[in-house]
Amino acid sequence: MTVTKYDQQMGFFIDMQRCIGCHACEMACAECETNGQESMIHIHYVERAVSTQTTVQVCMHCEDPACANVCPADAITKDEFGVVHTAETSRCIGCSNCVLACPFGVPQKQEKAELMMKCNMCYDRTSAGKKPMCATVCPSGALFFGTREEIELKRPDSVPVDTFIFGNQEVKTKVKIMMPKGSNYLKVH
Amino acid sequence: MAKLPISAEKIIDKFGPKKHYTPMGGFEGSHEPDKLVKTHCCFCAMQCGIQLKVKDNKIAGFEPWMEFPFNEGRLCPKGVQRYLQNNHPDRLLQPYQRVEGKGFEPITWDNAMERTISEIRRIQTQYGNDSFAMLSGVSLTNEKSYMVGKFARLALKTKNLDYNGRLCMVSAGAGNKKAFGLDRISNSWADLKHAEVIIIAGSNVSECFPTLTHYIWQARDNGAKLIVVDPRVTPIARTADLHLPVKPGRDSALFGAILKQLVDNDWIDHEFIEKHTNGFEAAAEAVKDYDLDWAEKTTGIEKEKILQAATWWGKAKTSFLLHARGIEHHTKGVDNVLSCINIVLATGRIGKPYCGYGTITGQGNGQGGREHGHKCDQLPGNRDISNPEHRKYIAEVWGVEEKEIPGMGLSAYEIIEAIHRGEIKGLISICFNPIVSLPNNNFVREAFEKLEYYVAIDFFLNETARHADVILPGSLHEEEEGTVTTAEGRVVKINQAIDPPGEARKDSDILIEMARRLGAGDKFNFENSEAVFNELRVASKGGTADYYGISYEKIEKNMGVFWPCPSEDHPGTPRLWEEKKSAFPDGKARFNPVAYKEPAEVVDKDFPVILTTGRVVSQYLSGTQTRRIGKLVDQYPEPLLEIHPSLAIQYNIQNRDLITVRTRRGEATFPAQIVETIRPDTVFIPYHWGGSHSANQLTVGDLDPISKIPEFKVCACQLIPTGKKAAPAEERSAYQSS
Repeated sequence: MTVTKYDQQMGFFIDMQRCIGCHACEMACAECETNGQESMIHIHYVERAVSTQTTVQVCMHCEDPACANVCPADAITKDEFGVVHTAETSRCIGCSNCVLACPFGVPQKQEKAELMMKCNMCYDRTSAGKKPMCATVCPSGALFFGTREEIELKRPDSVPVDTFIFGNQEVKTKVKIMMPKGSNYLKVH
Repeated sequence: MAKLPISAEKIIDKFGPKKHYTPMGGFEGSHEPDKLVKTHCCFCAMQCGIQLKVKDNKIAGFEPWMEFPFNEGRLCPKGVQRYLQNNHPDRLLQPYQRVEGKGFEPITWDNAMERTISEIRRIQTQYGNDSFAMLSGVSLTNEKSYMVGKFARLALKTKNLDYNGRLCMVSAGAGNKKAFGLDRISNSWADLKHAEVIIIAGSNVSECFPTLTHYIWQARDNGAKLIVVDPRVTPIARTADLHLPVKPGRDSALFGAILKQLVDNDWIDHEFIEKHTNGFEAAAEAVKDYDLDWAEKTTGIEKEKILQAATWWGKAKTSFLLHARGIEHHTKGVDNVLSCINIVLATGRIGKPYCGYGTITGQGNGQGGREHGHKCDQLPGNRDISNPEHRKYIAEVWGVEEKEIPGMGLSAYEIIEAIHRGEIKGLISICFNPIVSLPNNNFVREAFEKLEYYVAIDFFLNETARHADVILPGSLHEEEEGTVTTAEGRVVKINQAIDPPGEARKDSDILIEMARRLGAGDKFNFENSEAVFNELRVASKGGTADYYGISYEKIEKNMGVFWPCPSEDHPGTPRLWEEKKSAFPDGKARFNPVAYKEPAEVVDKDFPVILTTGRVVSQYLSGTQTRRIGKLVDQYPEPLLEIHPSLAIQYNIQNRDLITVRTRRGEATFPAQIVETIRPDTVFIPYHWGGSHSANQLTVGDLDPISKIPEFKVCACQLIPTGKKAAPAEERSAYQSS
C-alpha cells in the first residue's frame, strides 16, 4: 500500500450531542468502493420512545486494539499511523472473536461474506490527503476530521477525550469524543 | 374522463416507484469519472454545493465540494443519495399517451405535441382561454420559472397559472411584503452564527434542512440561547435551551404574548420604532389582553417558559428569528408570520450584524420560484400583476401590448376547486404532484378525473401524472443549465452535467416547442438558458427582486450572488436593511396588528385529537424522487403515526398497532409509534406518501385569505384502533421505538 499524504496532525472527533440521526454518514460511508456498499458506521436511537437522541458508532481505532489482539488469524492490523484496519479478507476466518472482544461493539460479522468488516477511517481517502467521507458530509458537525487546535477553537465548551474506562480496563483511542469541558475520561459502567 | 386507464398496481409495476440502489456500472465506475461537475443538490433550499461524477453521460456518484461556502462539503442523506435518481429504471424516456384499459403507450413527440396543441385549442375555443390552466413547481430553475410565467400568459393565454410554492412559503412571502415591501430573508446564514438568541418556530431544521443545523450549533458554541417552538421534540428541539411545545395552530397567541411582555417590561427599541417603523401602537394594542395566563391556556405552554422566552429575546443585543411551514401552513399563516415580525421590529434587531429574521424556504428554488412570475398574482421581479405600471414594464420587455398579459388568476388549490366545479377543463402541469401534496386529496383526485385534457411534463410518472392523457418526459436537475436562489437569497448556478436520456427533453425545449406550435414562438427565441437569464435580468430590473446586476460569470466567480443586485458593478446584498430603509416609499417597516384567531377546524367530541403533519429526513415533498432511492426508502419505509404514551393508554394502543385516523375528509390507517416526543393532545403523520398511505387524505383545504396557503398543520381527527398489528417494518431496528 503506497502512502503518500497521510497527515497525522488530523484527528477524528465525535460529538454525540450534535447527532441528528440523519444517516448521511452511513450513506456516504457506503459510497466507498472498498466497502461494497456496506456502511462501516452506524447510527442508533438511544431510546426512541422517550427521546430523539441518536448516537454514532464508529471504530475508535484503539491504541492497543482488542480486536487485533484476539484475532487468531492475524487478520487485523494496526498501521504506523494508528489506523486499525478491517480484517484482511484472505486471512479472516469469520470466527467473530473480534466482534466479542471490542469494548465499543464496533466490528460486525457480515454473515453473507463470512467476514468481519469495520471502519478503517476511510483509508483510501485519508491516505490521499482527503477527509473521511462520513466526517465530510456530516451536516450537523457531530463528526469532525481536523486538527485538535481547530476543534478546540471551534468548540470552547467541550474537550476531546480519548480515554475510556470499562471496569478495570482503560482503553485509549485514536478517535476522540467531545465531552463537557473539564472531562478527562469516560467511565462506562 | 381521466380515471386511471388501468389499476394503480399495474402502473406502479411499469413506472414505479421502484427502489434503486446501485449507480450506473456499479461502484467501480464511480472511481474513474470522465469529469466532475460543480453544481447543487436538487432538493431543499439550502442548495448545498456538490460535485457530480460523470461517466459516459451518466451520473456515477458524487464528491463533496469543500470550497462552496455554505456547506463546505456537508450533505444530508438526500444529498448523498441524490445521484441515484439519474439512470433510474423508472425514468420516463419517451412520450406516452393513455389508452383506456391498456395503460400508457409510447407516442411520438410530434403526435404528443400535436394532440396537446389541438386539445388546448379545442378547449379554449369552446370554453374560453382561462378554461385551460397551468400548474408549475419550484424544483424548476429561475430560468424555467420565468419561462413558465411567460408561456402561460403569452402562449397559453391563460390567467390561471399557479405553482406549488403555494403549498410552501407564500404566507411568509405575503407577510414579508406587508411588513417590509420585499420578500427575502434579511441576512445570510453567516450572521446566524453570532446571534445571542435564536428562535426557531415551526421548523424541524434537523430533518428538513440538516446542513443548516451546523450553523445553529456554531451559534451555540458562541454562547447563543436556542428557543424552539414546536409541538414535537424534534432533533433540534431536543438540544434547545428552551422548548416551547405549542399547541398546533396557536403560534400567533404565543408571539402576541411575547410582544406584550416586551412592551410591559420595556424591552423595546423606542428609537428604532420611532424612526424606522409605522404602526407600533396598533400592534401593541392588539395584544394588550394577551397576558401570560391567557397565553398558557391558549398555547398549551407553561407561562414561565413563555416569560423566559420573552426575557431572553427582550434583553438580548443580537437575535435571529427563523420560521418555516409549522407556522405558515395555516389559515392564518400570514398572521403568524406578522406576529413574529412584530417582535423583531419591536426590538429593532434587523438590518445590522448578527440580527436577522426570515423564513427557511422548503423547496429547492422556493425563493427564486416566488420571484419570477409563475404565481397567479405576480410578474417577474416580484412585480404585482394587478399594478398597471408593473404590467406596462413587463409588456415592454416581452414586446407585447399590456392588455395581452392576463390578469390575476386562481391560486393552486382554487384551480383544483374550479376543475371540480367544471369551470376549468384542461390542465398542463410541470414538476407538481398535487394528488399527494395538496390537502383533502380525495377531492383533488376527483377533480383530476373530471378534466377533459391533462398533459403532464415530468421525469417520473408521479401519482398525479398517472391521470394524464399525454405525458411529456422532461429533464432532471442535472440535465439543464440554470440558476436557483437559495433560502438565504444567494443566486447559485446549476451546471448541466449530462444530457437528457432517451427521448427525454430539456423542460425549456418542451416549453419553447409548445409555444412555437401555439403561435408564440417569436417570444421564445432563446438559444440557451443564459439567454433566458439575461431576459429575466432585464425583466426584474427595478422590481423588488432585482437580478439585473447578476450574470452567470459573476455567480461562478463568487460562488453565488445575493439579490438585490441592481447593477453590474454591484456586489450583491447578503444583509438587507442596513440603511434602515424598507422597500416602501417612506422607507419605514410596518407593524401589523395581529388578533389571535383559532384554526379552521378545532377538536370537538366527535373529532377529539389534533392531527399535524410534516416531513422525515430521508424523504422530500411528495416523494416523487426520494421514494425511488432505495436507502432513503429503507430509512423510513412507511408513514408512522406518532402518538404520546398518555393518549396511547387512553385508546389502548401499543407500538405497531394499526390505527385508522379519520377526519371529516377521509380516513387512512397507519402503524402507531408511541413516543414522548409529541404533545399528548396531538398526533403526527409525515405526508410524503400517496394512495392509501397519504396523510393528505385527512388534511383540510381551508386557505389563508391572503396567501391562499392550505392549513396542512392542524385539523381534528378520530383515532380508531383496528385491532390488528402492522407487519414488521423493513426499517432498521434503530427506527423502531423501544
